[in-house]
Amino acid sequence: MSETKTETAAEREAALGGIGCDKRRKEDARFIRGQGNYIDDIKLPNMVFGDFVRSPYAHARIKSIDAEKAKAVPGVIAVLTAADLKPLNLHWMPTLAGDTQAVLADEKVHFQNQEVAFVIAEDRYAAADGIQLVDVDYEELPVLIDPKKALEDGAPILREDVKDKDEVGQGPRRHPNHIFNWQSGDKDATDKAFAGAQVTVKEEIFYQRVHPAPIETCGCVASMDAVSGRLTLYGTFQAPHVVRTIVSLIAGLPESKIRVISPDVGGGFGNKVGAYPGYVCAIVGSIVLGRPVKWIESRIDNISTTAFARDYHMTGELAADKDGKITGLRANVLADHGAFNTHAQPMKWPAGFFNIVTGSYDVPTAHVTVDGVYTNKAPGGVSYRCSFRVTEAAYLIERMLDVLAQKIGVDKAEIRLRNFIKPEQFPYNSCLGWEYDSGDYPAALKQAMKAVGYEDLRKEQAEKRARGELMGIGIATFTEIVGAGPSRNCDILGIKMFESCEIRVHPTGSATARLGTKSTGQGHETTYAQIIATEIGIPSDLITVEEGDTDTAPYGLGTYGSRTTPVGAAAAARAGRKIREKAKKIAAHMLEVSENDLEWDVDRFTVKGVPDLSATMKDIAMAAYSNLPEGLEHGLEVVDYYDPPNMTYPFGAYICVVDVNRHTGEISVRSFYALDDCGTRINPMIIEGQVHGGLTEAFGIAMGQEIVYDDMGNVLGASFLDYFMPTAVETPHWETDHTVTPSPHHPLGAKGVGESPNVGGVPAFSNAVVDAFAHLGVTHMPMPHAAWRVWQTCHELGIDK
Amino acid sequence: MIPASFEYHRPGSVDEVVSLLAELGEEGRVLAGGHSLIPMMKLRLAEPAHLIDLTGVEGLRGIAEVEGAIHIGAMTTQAEIIKSDALAERCPILREAAELIADPQVRALGTIGGNAANGDPGNDIPAVMMAVDAAYVLRGSDGERTVAARDFYQGPFETALAVGEFLTAIRIPAPPAGQGQAYCKLKRKVGDYAIAATAVTLAVDGGVCGQAAVALTNVGITPLYAEAASTALVGTAVDAAAVEAAVEAAVAITDPAADLRGPVEYRRHAAGVMTRRAIETALARAKGG
Repeated sequence: MSETKTETAAEREAALGGIGCDKRRKEDARFIRGQGNYIDDIKLPNMVFGDFVRSPYAHARIKSIDAEKAKAVPGVIAVLTAADLKPLNLHWMPTLAGDTQAVLADEKVHFQNQEVAFVIAEDRYAAADGIQLVDVDYEELPVLIDPKKALEDGAPILREDVKDKDEVGQGPRRHPNHIFNWQSGDKDATDKAFAGAQVTVKEEIFYQRVHPAPIETCGCVASMDAVSGRLTLYGTFQAPHVVRTIVSLIAGLPESKIRVISPDVGGGFGNKVGAYPGYVCAIVGSIVLGRPVKWIESRIDNISTTAFARDYHMTGELAADKDGKITGLRANVLADHGAFNTHAQPMKWPAGFFNIVTGSYDVPTAHVTVDGVYTNKAPGGVSYRCSFRVTEAAYLIERMLDVLAQKIGVDKAEIRLRNFIKPEQFPYNSCLGWEYDSGDYPAALKQAMKAVGYEDLRKEQAEKRARGELMGIGIATFTEIVGAGPSRNCDILGIKMFESCEIRVHPTGSATARLGTKSTGQGHETTYAQIIATEIGIPSDLITVEEGDTDTAPYGLGTYGSRTTPVGAAAAARAGRKIREKAKKIAAHMLEVSENDLEWDVDRFTVKGVPDLSATMKDIAMAAYSNLPEGLEHGLEVVDYYDPPNMTYPFGAYICVVDVNRHTGEISVRSFYALDDCGTRINPMIIEGQVHGGLTEAFGIAMGQEIVYDDMGNVLGASFLDYFMPTAVETPHWETDHTVTPSPHHPLGAKGVGESPNVGGVPAFSNAVVDAFAHLGVTHMPMPHAAWRVWQTCHELGIDK
Repeated sequence: MIPASFEYHRPGSVDEVVSLLAELGEEGRVLAGGHSLIPMMKLRLAEPAHLIDLTGVEGLRGIAEVEGAIHIGAMTTQAEIIKSDALAERCPILREAAELIADPQVRALGTIGGNAANGDPGNDIPAVMMAVDAAYVLRGSDGERTVAARDFYQGPFETALAVGEFLTAIRIPAPPAGQGQAYCKLKRKVGDYAIAATAVTLAVDGGVCGQAAVALTNVGITPLYAEAASTALVGTAVDAAAVEAAVEAAVAITDPAADLRGPVEYRRHAAGVMTRRAIETALARAKGG
């Protein structure tokens, strides 16, 4: 039974490739060879292509649609309009936010590039020719782009379909263009804190409309098998099970007749959580034609129509004592959700977790209001590489800390140290209702300051200022809130936001794990295998991880909001532990001892005090199918559904140093240091990669990304020619670091990291840019900090010559 | 992102191109590297019924010195421009500008002729050609004629090319002794159009500027030859006052559109900053810096 002990425990541990090692990513072997299988790689026999006729207007009535000429194009098979979908009641569909969204424009268009008709053809070329020949007669209507104007009395009513409704899924509303009002905190106590404050500061802070812009755009292939009545839907889904449920609800098919498959997905960042008209039209097309229908977005379609992020018009206020200790916080937000409320957040949270806005600071009282508004822009309001609305919250509080520091003349690191939640206060209950699980903020900031030589940088800055040069130092000491979420407060369509893992250990000592999450590039096949390897003692190389097929994977809510590690990895760890429990019973039988006499030893159970007497997991796996104690079922497989008891709260301390060219407004990022604490680190190399990616996206957002609309509602710059996507040349060098403060409630102590760098990165850049002008009395500068905007500040200050 | 249908032609000689163009008239477009035309076709902003691919045409590619002048075939790629040490020696601004065009993949296919003849005010080569006083060799059914780069551009995507004509070569006169050249481009990122860019050539002899040419990219509906700015430098010591006068004269003729690269005021200011930088750089190079 026991094998010759040729390896030490440490050697056996290394052979597992488990938690904590820099294991190369399993999936990269196929990605770097071009062997990935993305949505547009899916080709089915007899497949046809669909694409949209899109509105050139932002707000217009559709007087007529004439598709006859399009239908005459050789290769064009059908043209679907709202009138065709109406008898099926599919011309509108429910959104994840309780609103409804037009699948194909029904009488009116509400934003430029809205889907008006769906042309299905034998190939993409014929579809494109057909689109050009669909004749739509529009009557233009007044356009609303500014959410403030949208709420004025007498403003044009955008959503005539809901104009008489008191609510559109998220509570009472007060204007036909109003979606919801959401509040958090104690208004009276906060008013009192401000009334009695020694110091108050207030700043208007706009977080511009941006887009996740994953490298692969959205798309799907719908294939209805008329004989079996089964629908197979391949698509770029971050949450395949949720898509299956939505399709079942919308199409009226039982879920057992729907198979949703997310193949390899080229980035999501929140863009691929929701359901889009393209999916519905492809499904309808396949049902009607009996042929598979493919729909793939172009880049312009992606940026201008499927889920955007931010567009938060925020007003931040802090009350403090004369030393800068915060005594109260107010935040008022006008949230522009565009034409339909299609944010993708837990349904009880119309503004996501924006009330994490007290950040890493011990704020005694706060009050937050968020009003959602319709405008003639693309619908959405998703979380782009962040937990729900946390980037907005972190941006506001990190900016406001700097504003307060400048007001009272205290250093921007010092203001943070004075206000941090102290290590001994954890678990910490914030005044807005969150229980922070763990953290050590002062240690992180001090380590960061030491690493960058903070005091010397400030000295250098003073010298440069004396010479008329501009240098800025930006600090962000952010707290994320991830891992949605506990069933008591998080659900989507009523389904609680648990996560799941099934493990099957096979007779010869390998295993297959299936999970309800879905990697969009984060390396789940590697990290899950590492976790399970450590838990069950089978090498991670022998553990195959599968996600994204609803026919095989257990139900899960998907990957977004950094929930894979906090929720999915917990399910994986617990499933592994269940395997080990059964394995222990089998080992006791094999070794003819009591379970109580066994102890776990890396990859085997050993009889206490008799180290030579052991049963390896490999042997136990075979025994599970061949040599079982009486009363135990054959096989070695389990499934675990994990309902997290709390969120996790990763945090970090980032310091960015910039030089500003006052003649051109160009910003040069001289250095960027990022310390992240995500609790237990599963694969440090993957964490570093995640941080690099998140910081690069943060750089893009802070320095150039913005979806701009003109007064007519024309979307400007919805291609990479104009929408700022940094290349390796522009991207700064990243210096990464970490501390480890495990989560006390997570089975592994892990917290999630993928989104932290975006949450903390943006304010670090922005704070650095503003800091360069702080000595000239500047307290805030609007993002993105494109050269022309920075120059405008220089010009107003008269320092650009 | 699917172009409308078109007929594809791949002639082997200049004469064949000429007769195809004569036959097809306005329905025919020549295709060089394709990095401007094909994206326009994918957006269906351009829908030529016939594409005449110049890739296989003999004699349109290469760099040669002819009686002191530099002759460059229209189908010479940006990568080939960058690679040529001889060209960099004789006329370094070409390599400097080509390295600022798009990215290596695009430069491997994008051609100097396409960039020059397309008529996009955002293209970099036209201002450079104005600064070096190049002549464009045009071929049509009536034979060959040359047009100065400074006279070639008439409006956005409107040039002196007549229907039935195409650009076969660019001729650059021998740069005078003691000439310094510079192309300075302000842009948001690799591959982007200029916020503003300026090409300058100037020659100094005995401390006095004997020749100067200033031309601007992407700050008007066409590339701009800044004649007054050029004149403002000639005969001076290119001192601070002369530079200031030239910058002012250059900025005065700019008329950029506001776009995501910045509002009008900023782009005009940036044109001034780039002009100053290009003059100062060219001067330093003229002096052997």
